Amino acid sequence: MATQHSRSAARIMMAPAVFLLLVWMLVPLSMTLWFSVRSYLPLRGGDQGFVGLENFTRFVTSSAFWPAILTTLIIVGGVLLISIVFGILLAMLLDQPMWGQGVVRILVIAPFFVMPTVSALVWKNMFMDPVNGLFAHLWRFFGADPIVWLSDASVFSIIMIVSWQWLPFATLILLTAIQSLDSEQLEAAEMDGANPLARFAFITLPHLSRAITIVILIQTIFLLAVFAEIFVTTGGAFGTRTLTYLIYQRVLESQNVGLGSAGGVYAIILANIVAIFLMRIVGKNLDR
Amino acid sequence: MGRITLDKVQKAFGEVEVIPPLDLTIEDGEFVVFVGPSGCGKSTLLRLIAGLEDVTGGQIRIDGNDATSVPPAKRGLAMVFQSYALYPHMSVRKNIAFPLRMAKMEQAEQDRRVQAAADVLNLSDYIDRRPGQLSGGQRQRVAIGRAIVREPSAFLFDEPLSNLDAALRHGMRLEISELHKRLDTTMIYVTHDQVEAMTMADKIVVLQAGVIEQVGSPLELYKTPRNLFVAGFIGSPKMNFFHGAEAAKHDAHTIGIRPEHLTVSTTEGTWKGTVGVAEHLGSDTFMHIHPEANPSETITVRVGGEFSATHGDTVFLTPADDNIHRFDADGMRMG
Repeated sequence: MATQHSRSAARIMMAPAVFLLLVWMLVPLSMTLWFSVRSYLPLRGGDQGFVGLENFTRFVTSSAFWPAILTTLIIVGGVLLISIVFGILLAMLLDQPMWGQGVVRILVIAPFFVMPTVSALVWKNMFMDPVNGLFAHLWRFFGADPIVWLSDASVFSIIMIVSWQWLPFATLILLTAIQSLDSEQLEAAEMDGANPLARFAFITLPHLSRAITIVILIQTIFLLAVFAEIFVTTGGAFGTRTLTYLIYQRVLESQNVGLGSAGGVYAIILANIVAIFLMRIVGKNLDR
Repeated sequence: MGRITLDKVQKAFGEVEVIPPLDLTIEDGEFVVFVGPSGCGKSTLLRLIAGLEDVTGGQIRIDGNDATSVPPAKRGLAMVFQSYALYPHMSVRKNIAFPLRMAKMEQAEQDRRVQAAADVLNLSDYIDRRPGQLSGGQRQRVAIGRAIVREPSAFLFDEPLSNLDAALRHGMRLEISELHKRLDTTMIYVTHDQVEAMTMADKIVVLQAGVIEQVGSPLELYKTPRNLFVAGFIGSPKMNFFHGAEAAKHDAHTIGIRPEHLTVSTTEGTWKGTVGVAEHLGSDTFMHIHPEANPSETITVRVGGEFSATHGDTVFLTPADDNIHRFDADGMRMG
């Protein structure tokens, strides 16, 4: 039945979905490209015509651009580091047989289901508040001055909040990978004289390499777009302005759609560079 | 040196006793095969010797030293696993060198030993490949290579041939036997295949439900099985058993006759029967015969060479009286 006829039928049936996806993607993309070459100031005269690449040069020469790129990289890198290191540790812990395993696993995944805005607000008000936060109480209990998290350690605070949300995802993927490890390999290594640390380094970690790459790939794409956590906590102040946040400020706070769109195009290029780079690593890993 | 003594070794998983207290001595240089049906505890016993499982009671001695609580790596034993357990991300060379690397051996010595093992096992051509690029038999040889570089005092094999096809299995069986002759090291081999046990072993240990049913050389087990279980387990095709009147004629509760100890004739004999299925192999003919006295039963008979009989033919069987095994009501051998 896999004939010309059934294949064209399949194409016809897929067409609405493909069309919808294309419209969904292409309309905003072309609008972004369109606005990025125009001077469009909604509250100051509206669309003032074609300006060439002026928006693009203005966006990168602005003093806020490079710090925003750096902040983005620090936040993405920090969250990746924390979620992978702790993800591996947690996954190995959860892999151990224990009482109430099912419930514990669900609890571990729970943070992933909390909306970013909500979790950021909970962290901001419940943990990091310098007067009433739990951390402040803890610090005072030991006689220390509470840290004003969101202004004194702002980037780290954001990293902590976002890591809390993404750790479950990393743990889950790494846990399934660990579960697929052949226990005879570990036993063989044990017979071969490898101590627990060597078994981890030579057997478990290489086995996890593919899962780790997948976690890095997926998380990076989502982490580049982190917004709500910054919006409800620092509002982009204290050095927490990422590229995404900078674009938001250009469009909505400065009311400069053209400049923001140019930033958006840069963000698209950046995300694609990362994606291509990571896809190649994954591809290389999958070959093995 | 590799003399292994099990003294009242016992294993229980929680409430379930898998191996009741068991004594066994394995002499240096011996090829010992643990054989039994699946779930009889033979793999568990091997894992106890390896140290991958802790004993519940009793003592394991290797060369006279108590090894009961010695970690696996320090026992000087090497194991070949059923799944081969090769490290998929390492080349054949690195796989074989892994135990040496863990022992922090000098690089030159490592290379020398790996090369020697690769030569012995014909692995030199694919020493830089990964396990995923090798066939089943080649992987098997890599696993053996990883075991021999350590120069252990004994090798443990856990059903190493069960993942290979029949032709390869036969070849590997010969290779392992030859390896044993050459290295002259103790080998303990676990299998559920009695053919492997018969062809390779110096000493067979027949296990059932964690209990040793009989220990002896292959021919001892074949000629004088201690009980009904061993009689039925050793030998292929299986021994034929007769109860009731036939057994009573020989003053026994049960008698057993191996298929090769029955003579077939188309004209006369002790028992008359009809041929059910006849398997013509050219070298042998196996026939499944339904005796006239009790047609629901099947007697298996082996005839050397070709015997032209087909389904429904009437034949006569005569047992060789010298080769009748007699068992009492408890299933134990008589006389």
